[in-house]
Amino acid sequence: MDKQNEKIETETNKLDKSVSYKAKIVRRFLRHKIGMFGAVILIIIYLSAIFGGFIAPYNMLQKNEEYTYAPPTKIHFIDQEGNFSLRPFVYKLEKGRDPVTFAVEYQVNREVKYPIHFLVRGEKYKLLGLFETDLHLFGLEEGADSKLFLMGTDRFGRDLFARTLIGGRVSLSVGLFGILLSFLIGIIMGGISGYYGGWIDNLIQRFIELLRSFPRIPIWLALSMILPPEWSSVKIYFGIVTVLSFIGWTGIARVVRGQFLSYRDKDFVDAARALGASDRSIMFRHILPNTMSYLIVAATLSFPGMILAESSMSFLGLGIKEPMTSWGLLLKQAQQMSVLKSSPWILAPGIFIIVTVLAFNFVGDAMRDAIDPFAVD
Amino acid sequence: MMNYILRRFLYMIPLMILISILSFTVIKLQPGEFGSQYFSNPRVSPETVENLRARLGLDQPTYMQYLTWVKGIVTEGDFGYSFAYKRPVAELIWERMGWTVVVAGSTILFTWVLAIPIGIFSATHKYSIFDYVFTFIGFIGISVPNFFMALLLMYLVLSMGGTEVGGLFSQQYIGAPWSIAKVIDLLKHIWIPLIAIGTAGMAGILRQMRGNLLDILGEQYVQTARAKGLNENVVIYKHAVRNAINPLISMFGMQLPKLISGTIISAIVLNLPTMGPFFYDALINQDQYLVMTFLMFSAFMMLIGNLIADLLLALVDPRIRLD
Repeated sequence: MDKQNEKIETETNKLDKSVSYKAKIVRRFLRHKIGMFGAVILIIIYLSAIFGGFIAPYNMLQKNEEYTYAPPTKIHFIDQEGNFSLRPFVYKLEKGRDPVTFAVEYQVNREVKYPIHFLVRGEKYKLLGLFETDLHLFGLEEGADSKLFLMGTDRFGRDLFARTLIGGRVSLSVGLFGILLSFLIGIIMGGISGYYGGWIDNLIQRFIELLRSFPRIPIWLALSMILPPEWSSVKIYFGIVTVLSFIGWTGIARVVRGQFLSYRDKDFVDAARALGASDRSIMFRHILPNTMSYLIVAATLSFPGMILAESSMSFLGLGIKEPMTSWGLLLKQAQQMSVLKSSPWILAPGIFIIVTVLAFNFVGDAMRDAIDPFAVD
Repeated sequence: MMNYILRRFLYMIPLMILISILSFTVIKLQPGEFGSQYFSNPRVSPETVENLRARLGLDQPTYMQYLTWVKGIVTEGDFGYSFAYKRPVAELIWERMGWTVVVAGSTILFTWVLAIPIGIFSATHKYSIFDYVFTFIGFIGISVPNFFMALLLMYLVLSMGGTEVGGLFSQQYIGAPWSIAKVIDLLKHIWIPLIAIGTAGMAGILRQMRGNLLDILGEQYVQTARAKGLNENVVIYKHAVRNAINPLISMFGMQLPKLISGTIISAIVLNLPTMGPFFYDALINQDQYLVMTFLMFSAFMMLIGNLIADLLLALVDPRIRLD
């Protein structure tokens, strides 16, 4: 009986408004140009992180002692004699020393050129972490006596382009997992708080107040020091996710509580209660779906904060640990002023942070506009 | 009013107790005992170790360690002992306060003096080129991590031939008595932290100011003011801005605590003599009392900031009554 009623209720819900409301939201979002632009950028960034091993010409862990701090390789279409070739090529990169200071210098040998090919065989990697393969989207032919470093290399001569793409996996997924965990805790705590009210509401709210009275960065740093240094990088990764969610859930809980407070005396909730639905089912099957649009917007808007937090922690060496890497960890080497001055390309991962955060802000703004019930179409 | 402030302070007492328990727990959970790095140093004599351990209650169970610490704070204002500096923690934090407030204060000045007029102008000239440019800058500003901004500025200065980046003074002026040349030197250095730390805040204030003012300018009372023939400047500055600025006033109260703790990372990059790098070093060196005190202190600043925000808002907005 219960189930049937619920079913009817959801069915009618679907027929009446939620479909049209949802369709309206989607339509409004699709019309938001900047929001769509952000969404496309995000899709590209996520795909390039997922397929990073394939897109990058080299394995991110491969060290090249002969190419430490090599500058980004220039790609040419027109050679010395002015001949245009549709197939881009690179000149051979040669290492030399400055005659006066003996500092390592890279020179381009314009005599030797290597064409860039698509779908070449190269260093081994695991596609999606499952299939071992050595096929790369582009690169120099096997046996070429030079390398193609789109973004230069780091201290160990590792390809920064590959490291940035793969590092993106950590930077982008820490936010995702962090938000999932924050939401799980936030929905339960905020739901209980708003639905039951009374002393338990008071208790949870005071607890949230306590957690929120700590400024974020200091408490994040202090919490990340709890993670034992001997942990593997995977464990540390999940540790960081937990640290970020430790404070992150409080914001969500507040939104959820407000929503639950406004819904708990609505007729449909009374109806469900009269039909004998349990508290749990009222909270999570009747009320929660109504708050979904707000929650999705809140989630999108809290992504940038998570990404910035992870990169800040890793940047200080309190976050992700080698051999894993993330955008923040890649920027860590820029802390040495001499390196920053001589090899500015190591700042490139920062551009990825900015673009990602910017795109999330665009999408979040567009979503907020789209769910605005007072908006005029 | 006094009543309200008093009540807020009373309410802070239990909150501060909980904050101190939480700070203590977070530090206690970190691997390594209190002062273990310091005590294992062979140059520290066994007597010193014994004395210190006894004084800090480190030979007793955990809850006694906490109580000893709190007792010291309440009865003598003693926040504990810094193992790295071999001095009481409170003194050390006070020493860093000066420059922290100078850097944070000038950043606040810089951001607000620029952001408010730009926000107003952007809103009154909606969809002009100026507005687009600053909306774009606003978006970029909130998306660039401020440590990255610091790195970029440092690189720019280095690549233009500058040698002295980071810090607030050139080598020869550190510790030198105040003089005109020293002030000029300070001005030469402080613009990097100002921009690096201030940009994000400025972008946020600018966006908020523009958004609020746009909302207000669409209200009917603004229309009325215009209809009765008021000068456009009066309409905007006396009627609209006056109301649009309220939400920002409550933001203003939180500026100082936010800047003290929010700029730790860029302050490390820029090598500033402020609280941020100091806290980070203490964290890495496991100087536990210093870390706990800093956590407590920054949380306390947040509470005070909140209170100031509420008071300021009540002062400027007659619709809000405390009590």
